[in-house]
Amino acid sequence: MRVFCQRLVSPLLSYLIMLEEYASVVNSILYRQFLLRRLATKIQFREALREALSEEMRKNEKIFLMGEEVAEYNGAYKVSQGMLDEFGAKRVIDTPIAELGFAGIGVGAAMNGLNPVIEFMTFNFSLVAIDQVINAAAKVLSMSGGHFSCPIVFRGPTGNAGQLGAQHSQNFENWYANCPGLKVVIPSTPYEAKGLLKQAINDPDPVIFMESEVMYGDKGEVPEEEYYIPLGKANVVKEGSDVTIVTFGKMLTRVVMPAVELLNAEGINAEVIDLRTVRPIDYATVIQSVKKTNRMVFVEEAWPLGSIATEVAFKVQKDAFDFLDAPVLRVTCADVPLPYAPTLIAEALPNADKVVKAVKSVLYKEA
Amino acid sequence: MLPIRLACYGLRSVTANCKRINIGSLSQITREFSSDERPQFPGSRSQWTEKLEFIRPDLYDGIPVYRVMDRKGKVIDPSQDPQLPQEMVIKMYKCMTQLNTMDRILYESQRQGRISFYMTNYGEEGTHIGSAAALDPKDLIFGQYREAGTLMWRGFTLDQFMNQCYGNMDDGGKGKQMPVHYGSKELNFVTISSPLGTQMPQAVGAAYSYKRAQNGLCVMCYFGEGTSSEGDAHAALNFSATLDCPVIFFCRNNGYAISTPSKEQYRGDGIAGRGPAYGMLTIRVDGNDVFAVYNATSKARQVALNEMRPVLIEAMTYRIGHHSTSDDSTAYRSVDEVRYWDERDHPISRLRNYMLSKGWWGDAQEKEWKEDCKRQVMTAFARAEKKLKPNWKEIFTDVYHEMPSHITEQLKQMEEHVQKYAEHYPLKNFSKD
Repeated sequence: MRVFCQRLVSPLLSYLIMLEEYASVVNSILYRQFLLRRLATKIQFREALREALSEEMRKNEKIFLMGEEVAEYNGAYKVSQGMLDEFGAKRVIDTPIAELGFAGIGVGAAMNGLNPVIEFMTFNFSLVAIDQVINAAAKVLSMSGGHFSCPIVFRGPTGNAGQLGAQHSQNFENWYANCPGLKVVIPSTPYEAKGLLKQAINDPDPVIFMESEVMYGDKGEVPEEEYYIPLGKANVVKEGSDVTIVTFGKMLTRVVMPAVELLNAEGINAEVIDLRTVRPIDYATVIQSVKKTNRMVFVEEAWPLGSIATEVAFKVQKDAFDFLDAPVLRVTCADVPLPYAPTLIAEALPNADKVVKAVKSVLYKEA
Repeated sequence: MLPIRLACYGLRSVTANCKRINIGSLSQITREFSSDERPQFPGSRSQWTEKLEFIRPDLYDGIPVYRVMDRKGKVIDPSQDPQLPQEMVIKMYKCMTQLNTMDRILYESQRQGRISFYMTNYGEEGTHIGSAAALDPKDLIFGQYREAGTLMWRGFTLDQFMNQCYGNMDDGGKGKQMPVHYGSKELNFVTISSPLGTQMPQAVGAAYSYKRAQNGLCVMCYFGEGTSSEGDAHAALNFSATLDCPVIFFCRNNGYAISTPSKEQYRGDGIAGRGPAYGMLTIRVDGNDVFAVYNATSKARQVALNEMRPVLIEAMTYRIGHHSTSDDSTAYRSVDEVRYWDERDHPISRLRNYMLSKGWWGDAQEKEWKEDCKRQVMTAFARAEKKLKPNWKEIFTDVYHEMPSHITEQLKQMEEHVQKYAEHYPLKNFSKD
């Protein structure tokens, strides 16, 4: 479909460009923007990631992808579909089941001039490799006095993915965010995913890039033109005046935006911020927003103790204390290993109703 | 069988005008599938047996220990003498003895409270120097923590060793690590990391990058027999074989992992016994025989590079010193046991006897070198001790390539604080820049 559209568009494009040259009154910048937007297509989250990986790998042959099932199987979640055919077995590498092993191999390769992208089938399994991530990747630059670096990306899905049991449903964004030396990125849409992954691959520091199984099929607008999204800059998804709702990852589309619909119906105008990265956190954007709305609710899929919500709440009460009209509330997973039964999962995880309830609470409105 | 053959002929006619199938191999496959000759499992196709027989691990003697010299330093089979030039052998001897001297001084300095921690290399000098001498200086070394001799061989100066132990302003690591965590990008020695075994899969990754670069270099990964129990070790050995990487795994089996003797560390035939199981070329050597270590490492390097495959060397030796300054090994082993190795099977004395037999060394040179060596070590020691610590602002550097704003903020806050309360901080001990 894409190819068809492209075939249609390129003669159209050349005609329009010809017009542009002759029509001096037409603003050529606007024209280009117009044309580029026409080229944008809706692609899946997994395709956006694949494009990001492939584009960077075509430009720099030091980048390679390694993980379980990434090559012959085309990726456990089909993110790397077709990449073995394009880049070959030297750059798309299947590994035995040894997260500690291949994470360590990635660290060693990164320390020695290559740019590995290490895929964990899910971040639950990254626990097996955590020593290499926390004790090696995060600290190599510091402990070698700046002599050895680790330009590596560890990526894979995080969080609940629908009735997979407690050990396959965990959120460790805050665990990794806690560690100095790492950068932690969590995209929420295909557009975000592509721009942030391209940026992460080019970052000289180790980056933890956390996706979601349930989002891989999400479709979203992604321009064909190359773009990068800087790390550490939050996105104000929706402007508002009554309350600031901060979140990241799949909570944005699955919980917060549906909650915003419900709030709109009741005349509550929420401002929504997608953090995009949880290390470094863009506190400035959040604080600026709270100074405007005077209330904050943080929505996070993880367990409450030591969560990102807690960290941001601390900063807000410290730097915007006089602007708060209510305590900061957080909507998180219940403090239990996630159960299997769907009814129990629904009770344990954040949902739109819980967010609405929290917002009304900070607005001192009846629930 | 007949239907299968008919099917083959049918296939042949069908595909005659299309892609050609190699009918020879096709019928061979059908022959194999239809006969009972060999198992066909993807995991292993060895042989069938109808005897119920478990393989007893203790029924065979274990992999033999390769040596060139006997315990007295006399070459047994002259064809195995690498015939190294006199200067090189003397350099080896001086390196081992200098390491030994430096160890004594720095161990004492910890006891006197001058440095916080130290680990000696007593008894294992042969494993360091023998192997380092056989490598290319550009081969990348990943160490565990008891390989200082390899750095010394490559030219890490006494000043550099001491600066790191003191964590002073001239330390290449900017005072960020505890003593003996040396590193040198110029000498291709990766900075030591404390958690055990983590260097092993990293070495495989580095070797993979060398394989991609086709630069004729290999990676050398040292580890102890205790460390080989870690999960990283298994993953690294397995991966190196499946990825066909040019890496030499060098195990220093010194008999003890702090207090755990090797007989409690494993039940099998040491670490060498595992090599063939991973599909690796393997050898066990006398680690106290510098020439055996040299020969094995030399050959291993050739194989690793020419055949693009990993090699495992298990060097048997003995840890004469305590594990570290935090250990007192008299708690778990007898002084007599230690004395035996110190007096009867020491890499330094064996090499010295070899040199004496060749007429390359004598008592006068020994005395002269001993004094010279001690003097060098002591003056470097005195120099390192006097140096200031790194500027305290180094706390905040190298967390990321670019200092992020929140760290810059913390640095500024600290700066203001230190300025305001300067008299409460020992600023004179820290470098100004």
